[in-house]
Amino acid sequence: MADDETSPTATATPAASLDPDQHHTDQHDSDQHYTDPPAAITDFGIDTTSRSTDEAVRDYWARLRGGDLGPLPALLGLVVLLAVFSSLADTFLTLGNIANLLAQGASITIIAMGLVFVLLLGEIDLSAGTASGVAASVMALHLVKGGNLLGGMGQGVFLAFCAFLLLAALLAAVMRIWAGAAISLVALVIAVIGVPPNPWVEMLLAICVGTAIGCVTGFLVAKVGIPSFVVTLALFLAWGGVVLQLIGQGGTLGLNDDVLFRVANGNLGTAGSWVLCAVAAGGYAAVVLGRHFSRLRKGLVAPPTPLVLTKVGAVVVLAAVGTHLLTLNRSVSDVVVITGVPYVVPIVLVLLVIGTFVLERTRYGRHVYAVGGNREAARRAGIDVARVRMSVFVICSAAAAVGAIVYSSKVGSVDPNAGGGNTLLLSVGAAVIGGTSLFGGKGRLRDAVIGAAVLATINNGMGLLKQPAAVVFIVTGLVLLLAAGVDALSRRRAAAAR
Amino acid sequence: MRQRSPSTTAPGQHTPAVSEPILELRGVNKSFGPVRVLHDIDFTVRAGEVTALVGDNGAGKSTLVKCVAGIHAADSGEIRFAGRPVRIHGPRDAADLGIEVVYQDLALADNLDVVQNMFLGRERGRYGLLDEADMERAARRTLTSLSVRTVKSVRTKVSALSGGQRQTVAIAKAVLWNSRVVLLDEPTAALGVAQTRQVLDLVRRLAEQGLGVVLISHNMNDVFAVADRVACLYLGRMAAEVHTKDVTHGQVVELITAGRSGDLGIARPESATT
Ligand SMILES: Nc1ncnc2c1ncn2[C@@H]1O[C@H](COP(=O)(O)OP(=O)(O)O)[C@@H](O)[C@H]1O
Ligand SMILES: [Mg+2]
Repeated sequence: MADDETSPTATATPAASLDPDQHHTDQHDSDQHYTDPPAAITDFGIDTTSRSTDEAVRDYWARLRGGDLGPLPALLGLVVLLAVFSSLADTFLTLGNIANLLAQGASITIIAMGLVFVLLLGEIDLSAGTASGVAASVMALHLVKGGNLLGGMGQGVFLAFCAFLLLAALLAAVMRIWAGAAISLVALVIAVIGVPPNPWVEMLLAICVGTAIGCVTGFLVAKVGIPSFVVTLALFLAWGGVVLQLIGQGGTLGLNDDVLFRVANGNLGTAGSWVLCAVAAGGYAAVVLGRHFSRLRKGLVAPPTPLVLTKVGAVVVLAAVGTHLLTLNRSVSDVVVITGVPYVVPIVLVLLVIGTFVLERTRYGRHVYAVGGNREAARRAGIDVARVRMSVFVICSAAAAVGAIVYSSKVGSVDPNAGGGNTLLLSVGAAVIGGTSLFGGKGRLRDAVIGAAVLATINNGMGLLKQPAAVVFIVTGLVLLLAAGVDALSRRRAAAAR
Repeated sequence: MRQRSPSTTAPGQHTPAVSEPILELRGVNKSFGPVRVLHDIDFTVRAGEVTALVGDNGAGKSTLVKCVAGIHAADSGEIRFAGRPVRIHGPRDAADLGIEVVYQDLALADNLDVVQNMFLGRERGRYGLLDEADMERAARRTLTSLSVRTVKSVRTKVSALSGGQRQTVAIAKAVLWNSRVVLLDEPTAALGVAQTRQVLDLVRRLAEQGLGVVLISHNMNDVFAVADRVACLYLGRMAAEVHTKDVTHGQVVELITAGRSGDLGIARPESATT
């Protein structure tokens, strides 16, 4: 494309130093004795061309040294864990266990993906776990009581529940978060009309309840101005109580429904698995390559082509190998045959794709990063900071509800502990271990997936090694501490580099 | 666009033919609680001129800029833009008029790159989606038009830029929008000699492109190097607005520290005649 500015080959600016090999101050710059951060851009000339692979690698290295580690530590950790466990436990690398690992990690992954939005603003949602429990118990109650929530809850509780949904819708409307308002109202309608039980309605109800919860949390944080730590700590306790109230001390609500059961326990057929592989890997390749070459054509900044090709190739090969392995029979008995990619894989993938798209390709996503990076700058740029802050809690709670559907499906029932225990801590841990910064502004959705993979692997592997729960908890805690430490250190490094 | 000879960097000998006031403040007051920060401020910015706004720390310079930018609402008084009275209730209102501000603390998001920062809050694209290609090209065009060559790639994260480069990005951000008035709050305070020079050249170039420029600075050399006129705030009052060529360094310093110099400036509090 003909650009009217400097030619894409960056030969236009006479003062520009064009030698890609030079480092740090060159002669044009030598009269300026400011100290540069390690990753600083030091030479002149707006560079419109794609960089060479060499340069890109060096840039990446500079970024790492500057403290911008991204998911690298988690990926390395994952590799180490896989090596250690597969050498210590011979059942670890079996197909059955890998598929099991996916199902174990799915709910944590999903809740963690929602939490990434909150963490990106430098906020925290401690109530995501128990809020997901509320969504799960309303869902189970609706199913078990044949759609009669009034009967299931009792009149007082039911009225309070409806009032809460209405309040959530109003608060969302006040903040002009129309989606939040509409979805909260859907929950209200389902509850009041008494829609007969149906697995799809139950799942919708759970997500709507989660959204409503997020509207209230978000309003308290963003508009009332209570620190998110306090709001969500209070709600963590409150929602725990609500779950207990809805299900009853010592009670259990069984999810006797085939569709609900299969969410976390079912598999795609062989053909379906390959279709998924083709759509996911092919779609990824098409999008990444399409974007890359379009940027090259327009003379925009683009990473080197070999690097992009390698990345795409690796993903496609991994997807194909994974699909192939998962379509083999992984049953340990001779009587049953278990094949196919678990449903949780497409579920997580779809959420990952949608969320990543929102964060990286939409104006809203840009504003999330901006508010997380510098709230005052965002405000001065005319961004409605309160609205953005509220919205992330809505997204987080809605994602937590999806996670609730998955973990309830996995065990086939909902008990008073739903979403309690370490659900939340593992989810936050997953996001942070994956490379999302607790200080805001830094992180991507895939971090949640990578981090959850690390935690699920630890849990699964230690379980196979017959380690007691005590040891598993301690190791998990230490890994989280390590990740948070890396985050804090890399932040210090980045600050010192300035 | 009224483009004047770009070779001029010494403004004193090149006073423009009287240009229209583009931004005028009349009797603007601002208090923070009990603290009166701005007292009946009159202030005029002309297109094609650099107006220096000087004053001691706490004189109210930043507050004045924020009132114009819609960050703070003035308590009373009138703001006129291009001859019309206007109401500025938020950053968007100011931006819609073509008023851009380069803040003292820059207000850049470290975690975003140069393009993303330049378009923050005004991203291009339809249906909530981002048109990255368009934004990247426009950002590069602006940087090129300002002869900015210190940024290697427009996709560099701001956290990786040096102080001078950040300043450059903040200024480029302000002129991206066909803005008509640019207010710069101490843009050179944190810079070295050479970087200061670059920023001042940039400031001068903005005025040459026909913009009204307000430069807040503590440095008399900077003020006299680029400004056509000097406005001096003293304890929240406008002490004097004069042509740079009509005053000396010493007079301006006196205005800053004492509020008056000879027959310039506000009357002393004890002989309150103003
Ligand atoms: N947001 C605020 N709240 C209360 N007081 C403020 C605020 N901003 C500025 N001030 C006060 O207003 C006065 C002028 O500040 P400022 O405009 O920043 O001065 P300058 O930029 O000239 O150094 C100072 O006394 C300062 O303490
Ligand atoms: Mg100031």
